[in-house]
Amino acid sequence: MSALMRPFWQLVRRDVSLAWKDGGAIGVALGFYLMVVTLLPLGIGPDLALLTRIAPGVLWVALLLAALLSLARMFETDLEDGSLEVLATGPLPLVAIAAAKSLAHWITTGLPLTVLAPVLGLLLNLPPEGYGVLVASMLAGTPAVSFVGAVGAALTLRTRRGGLLLALLMLPLFVPTLIFGIDTVREAILNSAAFWPAFLILSAISLTALVLAPIAAAAALRFQLQQ
Amino acid sequence: MQTLTQSLANPTRFLALSARLLPWIAAASALVIAIGLGLVFTAPPDYQMGHTVKIMFVHVPAAWLSMFVYALIAVSSFGLLVFRHPLADVSAKAAAPLGAAFTFLALVTGMLWGKPMWGAFWVWDPRLTSVLLLFFLYLGLIALRSSIDEEALAAKLTATLSLVGIVILPVIKFSVDWNSLHQPASVMRLGAPTIHASLLWPLLVMAAGMTLLFAALHVKAMRNEILRRRVKALRAFAADAAGGLAGQAAG
Repeated sequence: MSALMRPFWQLVRRDVSLAWKDGGAIGVALGFYLMVVTLLPLGIGPDLALLTRIAPGVLWVALLLAALLSLARMFETDLEDGSLEVLATGPLPLVAIAAAKSLAHWITTGLPLTVLAPVLGLLLNLPPEGYGVLVASMLAGTPAVSFVGAVGAALTLRTRRGGLLLALLMLPLFVPTLIFGIDTVREAILNSAAFWPAFLILSAISLTALVLAPIAAAAALRFQLQQ
Repeated sequence: MQTLTQSLANPTRFLALSARLLPWIAAASALVIAIGLGLVFTAPPDYQMGHTVKIMFVHVPAAWLSMFVYALIAVSSFGLLVFRHPLADVSAKAAAPLGAAFTFLALVTGMLWGKPMWGAFWVWDPRLTSVLLLFFLYLGLIALRSSIDEEALAAKLTATLSLVGIVILPVIKFSVDWNSLHQPASVMRLGAPTIHASLLWPLLVMAAGMTLLFAALHVKAMRNEILRRRVKALRAFAADAAGGLAGQAAG
């Protein structure tokens, strides 16, 4: 097992450092998140009570959209320069490659967006008891976004209009994460102890995605590489 | 001894068998739906809902079919990926637009029924939302297939997506238990159905008729798809032959 763990972590480190040195992807996702959350109150008007009520939903929906932006690139650059085929012939099975790239996507997208979310919560007048749960719900929920998103990224690798198609395929599958993520924060604001059921379901969704999604993503990658 | 699915792996045999069966299925579906509509017109109005209850006789079969067709697509996809059955992809491809159509029908009739009953066309009830997601999933299946030029690759990727999307079926099935406005299962349940017999019989006849309708349309669409693939193969063959002759003439 440890023979596989080393190349696994090397692949994760490679992808994270590529995303970090490239710099563009992380910055664009954060900037997009900031923009969407800023534009919404401009459309609704500065009604603080209303903003408090919609804050959990806005923060989660905007986070999903921002994470979608970088999903399409997860395997694309590696397919274009041929490194995906080199990886596929290496010691790591495709399932582990898909899992490593999903994990790297989460570190470079899910984590920064989660860090930014409480700052944006200030703009939306999120009540103080919401911040801790907001960050916890996003830490629990964003892995599902990256891992399920990897399936979509692998499926749409060779399609025309890949990005838009990816959004159409993925949004239905993201809805459970979204519903329970928002529910966790909303319950916590209303009554500090009542958020546990939603939070546990959210964690269950994430853990299931962590195990099952790389299998589906690896199947899709295998079909793409057979061509 | 070959099983039926094995012997149908030969598309020519499928075409021959389906050509004989299709008129009977189509006629049976027309007959059963006609009988069903007759029963619907004579069915008594519900004591609370009045005549709007008649929307149910289209709405419920369409909703059943929307889930049944998705299950059929998932089984076909499994048949393609695991057993490489040659007709499995034809079946999955032919069923996707039909499933989308039945889901759309269920949504539209549900909205028409919701306006007088709940006071709004759309109430974001868990069942409505999950069926809407099923509709998006059908659209995703169709869009993914149409955006990949290589047909064999499109078939395998669409099959993968349909197997991933199967998680939505239990969500729809159990969504009525999450403080929904929809009533819980009243026909297919342990013990006796909670729906009155005067309404149950027309509903079952309509469900049988619409399932036969789906079967007829599905078989027809599968035949069309097989013929389309043959025409495509023949064209490619003809183009190859013409290219080969041209090459010989040039050489």
